[in-house]
Amino acid sequence: MPEIQSYTMNFGPQHPAAHGVLRLVLELDGETIHKADPHIGLLHRATEKLAESKPFNQSIGYMDRLDYVSMMCNEHGYVLAIEKLLGITPPKRAQYIRVMFDEITRIMNHLLWLGTHGLDIGAMTMFLYCFREREDLMDCYEAVSGTRMHATYYRPGGVYRDLPEQMPRYQPSKFRTARELEQMNRARAGSMLDFLDDFTSRFPACVDDYETLLTDNRIWKQRTVNIGVVSPERALQLGFTGPMLRGSGVAWDLRKKQPYEVYDEVDFDIPVGVNGDCYDRYLVRIEEMRQSNRIVRQCIEWLRANPGPVMLEDRKIAPPSRVEMKDDMESLIHHFKLFTEGYCVPAGEAYAAVEHPKGEFGVYLVSDGANKPYRLKIRPPGFVHLSALDEMVQGHMLADVVAVIGTQDIVFGEIDR
Amino acid sequence: MSERVEALAARVESCLRDELTRVPSTCGQLTYEVPAERWVAVAERFRNEPELGFEMLIDLCAVDYSEYGNSEWQTFQATGSGFSRGVNRGTAAAAHFAAAQAGAGSSGVDGVSPETAEAASGRRFAVVCHLLSLQHNCRVRLRAFCPEDDRPMIDSLVGVWASANWFEREAFDLFGVLFRGHPDLRRILTDYGFIGHPFRKDFPLIGHVEVRYDPTKGRVVYEPVSIEPRTLVPKVIREDHRYEPQIHDEASFREAGNRA
Repeated sequence: MPEIQSYTMNFGPQHPAAHGVLRLVLELDGETIHKADPHIGLLHRATEKLAESKPFNQSIGYMDRLDYVSMMCNEHGYVLAIEKLLGITPPKRAQYIRVMFDEITRIMNHLLWLGTHGLDIGAMTMFLYCFREREDLMDCYEAVSGTRMHATYYRPGGVYRDLPEQMPRYQPSKFRTARELEQMNRARAGSMLDFLDDFTSRFPACVDDYETLLTDNRIWKQRTVNIGVVSPERALQLGFTGPMLRGSGVAWDLRKKQPYEVYDEVDFDIPVGVNGDCYDRYLVRIEEMRQSNRIVRQCIEWLRANPGPVMLEDRKIAPPSRVEMKDDMESLIHHFKLFTEGYCVPAGEAYAAVEHPKGEFGVYLVSDGANKPYRLKIRPPGFVHLSALDEMVQGHMLADVVAVIGTQDIVFGEIDR
Repeated sequence: MSERVEALAARVESCLRDELTRVPSTCGQLTYEVPAERWVAVAERFRNEPELGFEMLIDLCAVDYSEYGNSEWQTFQATGSGFSRGVNRGTAAAAHFAAAQAGAGSSGVDGVSPETAEAASGRRFAVVCHLLSLQHNCRVRLRAFCPEDDRPMIDSLVGVWASANWFEREAFDLFGVLFRGHPDLRRILTDYGFIGHPFRKDFPLIGHVEVRYDPTKGRVVYEPVSIEPRTLVPKVIREDHRYEPQIHDEASFREAGNRA
C-alpha cells in the first residue's frame, strides 16, 4: 500500500493574505494543492433581506457596505434598478457626476487592489504609494458626501447634491509648519473639480512609478506569470466578468457594450489581456486606471461647462428643498410622505448591471407595487470569481494561492452580503 | 432597444416555441417562464443554439412569492382600525405554512381554506436566472416555479453553466430550494449548523436564535432571540395611475431610445 501523502490545511479566516474573512480548507500533497474548498459567509449580514424590510431609499447605505472599497459603484447598480422600474432618467449633469465618481471609485479600488496584492506577494513599497494617491480620492468622496467611505451619494433621480464650490482645506495646527500647510493646501484653493483636475494631471506619472516598480520586476513576474491561467472558454463558463474576463482575452465591458448613463459620450479604451494569468490581469487593471483617469478628465471638462440640476424635479421621488418646504404646504406634504413612507414603485421586475471595478455588479429587483422591494438580489462579481478559486489553484503551490486570491480582487463585504 | 428585444424574442420563439411562455415585462427586458421539468433542456438550447448563444449565466436566484402583493398596513381602513406598527404580519405565509404542516387531509386552518392553499401550490418558490450572450450582446431572464411548495425541487444547471454551482448552493441555503443533480449542495452563507432557510418570507427578520459567550460554560451558547420584531415603516401598496402599464412601457421605451 502506498503511503497517503495528502493532508488538509486550514487557511484563514484570520490570515492577512485571505483579504478578509475567507476560510480555505486546502488539500495538499506536499506543497501542491489538490483541492481548495472556500468557506464563506462569515460576514453574511443578509443585506438583501434587510432591504426587503425598508423603503427603497433607506437601503442605499447598505449598498456602500457591500464592496467597501468601491462604494459608489454598488450604489449605482441599486439606484439604476430602481430608476428602471420607475421609468425615470436623471438629469444629464447627474449622469456625468455619476460617471465621474464611478471612475474615481475604479481608481480607488484598483489602487487598494494593487497595494494589497503587492503586499501579499512581496512588494511592500506599493502599499505605501497606492494609499498616498487613494487618500486624495477619499477626500473627494468626503467633499461631496461628507463621508470618506460610505457615501450614500447616488439617489434615484440623480445625486444627493451638486459638487462643492470649495474644496475643504487643512487647518493650521501646532503639528505642522506654515510651509507644510501651504503645500498641503496648494491644490485645494479652488473647487472640488480644480482639486480633481490637479489630481488627474499628476496621476498618470504615479501609475508610471508603480509600473517602474513592478512591471519588469523579476520577482513580481516570477510570482504572477503563468499563475492561475484561465482560458477564455473557461472564463465564460465560470461566469467571469470585468478584469478577470478581459485578462483572459475576451473584449467585454458593459461601459462599451451596453452603455449606461453617459459612457457612450466619453472616449476611452478597453485593455484586454492575452494569456489569462495573474500578470495579464495586473496589466489590465493598471491600464484601466489610466483609462479611468482619462474619463475623469473628460467629465471634469463637461461639468465645468454645463451647470444645471443634479436631481429630478419630480417631488413624488425626490424631496423638495428645505427652503421650499418651509413655506409651501404641498412641499411639506411631499417631504413628509417621502421620509415617512417613501415612494411606491410600480409592480414589475428589473435587472440593472454596472461595470463595477471587479466585474459585473447586478441588481435584480422585484417589486409588487409597494414602498419596499419585494425581493432584491445582488449579483456580486467577487462571489462568482471566488467560486472558481478551486479550479484556478489546482496543481499550483501553496504560495500561489495567495497570488490567485490577490488577482481575484476579493472583498468579503460583497461576497457574503 | 425595443426592436432589438423583439428581434431576440422572435429568435427565441422560433427555436423554442412550445417550451416556454413569454411573461409581460415592464422594463424592456425579456422574461420567459419555463416548466420545471424542461428547465435543463431549455437552458441547454439557450446555450447551444447559434441563434441564441447565451454563453454566460450571469445570475441565478430563488424568489419566495408567498407574500407577493400583501401590504402590512391597510391604508384605506386606517382611520377606522387605528394605526399599528404592522407587527402582526400578513398571515398568508404563516397560514400556508400551518396548512402544509397539518397535511393535505385536514381542513379549517384559520384564514386559508384548503382550496386556496391547493390553488396556490406550485407558485411559491421560483428560480430565476439571468443569461447573457456576448456574441449577440443581449440578455434574457428565465423563470421556473418549483412544483411543490413544501419541498421545492428543480434540476441543477451546473452541467450547463459551471457558474451555477455557488448560486444554487446559495439558493438552497437561503430558500431551501433543492437542486437535483448538484454535485455539492451544502450550505454556503449561513453559519455551520444553522437551522432554517432565512430568506423565506415566513422566517422572521430578527431570526430565531442569538449567540453570546457564556463565561460559566466557557463557550459560545445559542439562545432564543431576546428582541421584539418591529416594523419601522409598514409596507404600503398604492395604486398610481402614472404607472399604468402602457404609460410605463412607453416611458421606458422612450428612455431606452434616448440612450441607444
